[in-house]
Amino acid sequence: MEAVLAILSGGLTAAAVWLMLSGNLLRFLFGLLLLSNGVNLAILAAGRLTMGTPPLLGPGGALPPETMANSLPQALLLTAIVIGFGLFAFALALTIRAYRAFGHLDVDRMRLAEPEEGGK
Amino acid sequence: MSWTLALPILVPFIAAATAFLLRNRRGSGWVSVLGAVVSLGLALNLLAMVLQHGVIATQVSAWAAPYGITLVADYLSAAMVLITALIGLAVAVWSMAEVGQTSTRLGFHGLFQTLLGGVTGAFLTGDLFNLYVWFEVLLISSFGLMVVGGRKKAIDGAVKYVTLNLISTVLFLCAAGLLYGATGTLNMADLRAAVAAHPDQGLMSVIAMMFMFGFGLKAAVFPLFFWLPASYHTPHYAVSAVFAGLLTKVGVYALIRVFTLIFVGDTGLTHTILLWVACLTMLTGVLGAAAQSDFRKILSFHIVSQIGYMVLGLALLTPAALLGAVFYLLHHIIVKANLFLVAGVSRRLTGSSDLYAIGGLYRSAPLLGLLFLIPAFSLAGFPPLSGFWAKYALVLAALQLQAWLVAGIALLVGLLTIYSMTKIWAEAFWKAHPAGRQPVLAQLSARARWLLLAPIAALALLTVAIGLLPQPFLEFAQVAAAQLLDPAAYIAAVLPEGRS
Repeated sequence: MEAVLAILSGGLTAAAVWLMLSGNLLRFLFGLLLLSNGVNLAILAAGRLTMGTPPLLGPGGALPPETMANSLPQALLLTAIVIGFGLFAFALALTIRAYRAFGHLDVDRMRLAEPEEGGK
Repeated sequence: MSWTLALPILVPFIAAATAFLLRNRRGSGWVSVLGAVVSLGLALNLLAMVLQHGVIATQVSAWAAPYGITLVADYLSAAMVLITALIGLAVAVWSMAEVGQTSTRLGFHGLFQTLLGGVTGAFLTGDLFNLYVWFEVLLISSFGLMVVGGRKKAIDGAVKYVTLNLISTVLFLCAAGLLYGATGTLNMADLRAAVAAHPDQGLMSVIAMMFMFGFGLKAAVFPLFFWLPASYHTPHYAVSAVFAGLLTKVGVYALIRVFTLIFVGDTGLTHTILLWVACLTMLTGVLGAAAQSDFRKILSFHIVSQIGYMVLGLALLTPAALLGAVFYLLHHIIVKANLFLVAGVSRRLTGSSDLYAIGGLYRSAPLLGLLFLIPAFSLAGFPPLSGFWAKYALVLAALQLQAWLVAGIALLVGLLTIYSMTKIWAEAFWKAHPAGRQPVLAQLSARARWLLLAPIAALALLTVAIGLLPQPFLEFAQVAAAQLLDPAAYIAAVLPEGRS
């Protein structure tokens, strides 16, 4: 199971890097989304993956007999997903604003704040 | 739970909510100033407590460490919180004369206070994941501040700022998650022992490098600094000033914290990389500045070069070097924020920030000239200003280690800094205005004059005071450095008996 998640996480990261290098702002954002999902999966896997053993204590505080998953990474993930969602929404709104301002999303041509040589 | 540590974080958020609710009324700027005054008082109280008791810590909601979230203040944290409150107050006052009605209605003052709250939280937390959350808080409010003017140029700058900072955030999150997976704890004091005891030290080094990348991007070190000069000259001047003063320094603080407290097992690798990064950061920053002709762009590149000095202190990792880094950090925040505020006034008077299109400020506004020279010379390291002692301490530390090349680079960069400052002086202040304008301070209304110049004068006075009486500040930095190098007191304050 860990191997599957590791490969999936790696695949997502690779796709993310590919998208982020494309030079289009919207694709960059999709890449960022994939990257954060890849990272989320990695953290989930780091918290141990178990099937059908919920992290609940037995009567009298006894530990369950099987190894259980650590629930803290899952809680961290929820926080990270919520935060990531907010940031992504902002970035998307910024992209729309940039498109309205410039008429394109080609980051190589966004040189208003940093004009090319000679432009004073 | 002690309120001494919690209130400096809470107050900015209360001020932020109030300012946001009042954003359509006239008083929202004053709410922000009031919040900053209260924050300053609380920060002084915190510092007094830390000076009295050493490291103090509290467990949020009484969940014992290492399971709950810890708030902790040692000398460095307390000083950073105080300086945040100080810059917050100066810029809150200054911004009332610059930020117009549109930005106020969009919630400028609320965002500003949220930013201060996030920065303070990042300085006080003792938990790695909580640090991530504070980074997000300050990041999202800084995004808002970046675009709140709504100018096309600011959108352009914000695109680069937002996208690159989001990458660093994802990496930081990944590193924190993997570190928890490997050690089972996120409490920074607890992590020190857990990382040292981990059987796979190679894995720890990999995670350390991920932290270095994440924090390094925030701190704008070579080669991760490109977002900074691309964006810092685009928003309101007040925003530039507070970003320049505080944001990159949160990255430096996080680097110092993590690489003195947690990852000290493989300093041969990590701190050697940091050393090279520091030297290249100093050089590229100062050379980049030499090629610019915009007031704020020059200053932005100088942030990069100055970050190099602080990372240098961390990389050398001796008591003298860390002393220099801490002193540099504190001095730099005051000076850099002040220079951006001066740039803002110069823009108001002359109508442009392009150095070739302005001039004549010395003749018509000599007071502003004086107020520029103090932080500018301090930045370059002239005695008897604060920057001299900061550079002196760092170069001395490098010489003690016989790192001749490093010391030479640090001195050379200081020299080149003078070049840039002289350029600003010659173009903006000394030469006559090309369009024949007489940029006098009387152009501003009396209210604007007070609001703009009082914070600049106060910060300049502080720079002079630190320069003339460096002894208490150096002694303070010495204790802070000692606490960083030997975190026994930090760990004892955070963890209950028997776990450290």
